[in-house]
Amino acid sequence: MTVSALRLEATAFIGFFERQKNLYRRYWLWEVIWLLYSVVTVLSVGYLASGLSSIGALHRGEGLAEAQVYLLVGALLWQYLSLVFFETAFAIVWERWEGTIEYTFMAPVRRVTHLLGCACFALAYGLIRAAIILAAMLAAFHLDLDRADFGGAALVLGASTFPVLGLGILTSILPLLYPEKGEQMAFAVQGVLLLVSGVYYPLSVLPVWLQGLGVISPLTYVLQGIRTALLEHGSAGQLLPVAGLLTGMGAVLIPAGLVLFTLAERRAKRLGLLKRTG
Amino acid sequence: MNGNGTLPPAIEVRGVSKSFRPEGERRGMQKRALDQVDLLMRAGELVAVVGLNGSGKSTLLRVLATLTTPDEGTVRVFGHDAVRESGRVRRLINRVSVEASFFKEMSAWENLSYAARLYGRRGADVRDTVLTVLRRLGLARDALSRPMKQLSRGQQQKVAIARSVLTTPNLLLLDEPTTGLDPRSKREVQAFIAELHSGGGVTVLLSTHDLVEAEALCGRIVVIDRGRIAADASPAELRGSGNGHAVPTLEDAFLRMTGRSFEQEAEEAGEAAGEGGGE
Repeated sequence: MTVSALRLEATAFIGFFERQKNLYRRYWLWEVIWLLYSVVTVLSVGYLASGLSSIGALHRGEGLAEAQVYLLVGALLWQYLSLVFFETAFAIVWERWEGTIEYTFMAPVRRVTHLLGCACFALAYGLIRAAIILAAMLAAFHLDLDRADFGGAALVLGASTFPVLGLGILTSILPLLYPEKGEQMAFAVQGVLLLVSGVYYPLSVLPVWLQGLGVISPLTYVLQGIRTALLEHGSAGQLLPVAGLLTGMGAVLIPAGLVLFTLAERRAKRLGLLKRTG
Repeated sequence: MNGNGTLPPAIEVRGVSKSFRPEGERRGMQKRALDQVDLLMRAGELVAVVGLNGSGKSTLLRVLATLTTPDEGTVRVFGHDAVRESGRVRRLINRVSVEASFFKEMSAWENLSYAARLYGRRGADVRDTVLTVLRRLGLARDALSRPMKQLSRGQQQKVAIARSVLTTPNLLLLDEPTTGLDPRSKREVQAFIAELHSGGGVTVLLSTHDLVEAEALCGRIVVIDRGRIAADASPAELRGSGNGHAVPTLEDAFLRMTGRSFEQEAEEAGEAAGEGGGE
């Protein structure tokens, strides 16, 4: 690729990032409501832990602090990871909602630029949103984070970016190929990830066949890694293998997602699927 | 430029066919949208494609815009294959569709700035061009800062036209750009198309229902019916062609060539709408 071609792609990348920013700014009321919903969801999970103690599920409150941190870390991470996944997967759904899909697909832009532009905005927005939820969480609960290693947590969180983007790109194929039902299919994928990735419980409580799905879900390792960092003082050095595994998963999922998306785009053009708005 | 030093045609369509499965139909049911279409357009020409709803006009424009791939035949734009070199073709074209495709909550300016970015330009670089075009089209400057959903259909279509020219395309595909516009907006858009062609030297392929518009703007008219090219000639030739005697209007010529009229189509559309159908 030439320097001028790279410059064109960089300009387009900024265009997609800016477009997402403008959309969120225009739909700010929706976003405030969603954020409120997310805060309430995370707080509910925190009070669930307190409730387990009150109804005697935890013997004399033993382990309450650990259970609370375990569940809250899962809830917070799920809010962040599912948003990044959702927004990447919905890059095409936005276009279908607005009726702009043909215009965007006619532009001289590589699909990787299009999808990563949307995804990078999702990452930035997801981090801001997660920070607000974290602040609400810390205000509501006294969390024992004495043994937390934030460097280790940051390393795993950073490495989680790659496979989550890959999963998002793969899922964005569904709304491209199925204009009417693709959106619901993406929600279903998100639901399966929630079930099998150990967001609120260890994988061991699942039936064996679901554990198999959990083993191949990158989110499982993100959650395990960050819990190790925050609850067991897992340092960045100790968590390097987890970060490496996540990066490796991303190195497979992102190119695979882009290749499959290109094939899906060809099919959509052959069948005339870009026209329908869903 | 070709190896022999001549400019390639702006559009070279040879033997193109395209079929789709209509929505709701079972697998195997296909509707032929284009049937062995041939079309050659020189650089700098302004040509109208006229036909009834469902005749294949929009599909032809979509094929040229690389949004649909043909089942058979070849499509070249300025010498580049629209399937194998779609990236190169996309750099040379822009298209205005019958429905103005915008992010409706975003302002007109935000939409235009986004479009400029997609073509490698910064919003600030194209602001003067946008303002000139919108002034020429009779759109007030303050419309730029309003969300698209607050603009009328005519205003949205004018912004769509501004968006298409700010990328300085060599080939402009206009898919019924004046459909649904009030008479004044229609006239402003038509004048702008003529000016763009004569002053800017842009090659324009205009798909339209409006035979008066086609005749006023274009020296060459391609009639498409049931996916096939029924005629390709100047308006005068179209009126004079046929059974040896001339007809007064292009509508008459169209009726003679296809056996169907636009009035008949409007009636059929009305009946279909009455039955809960419609296109």
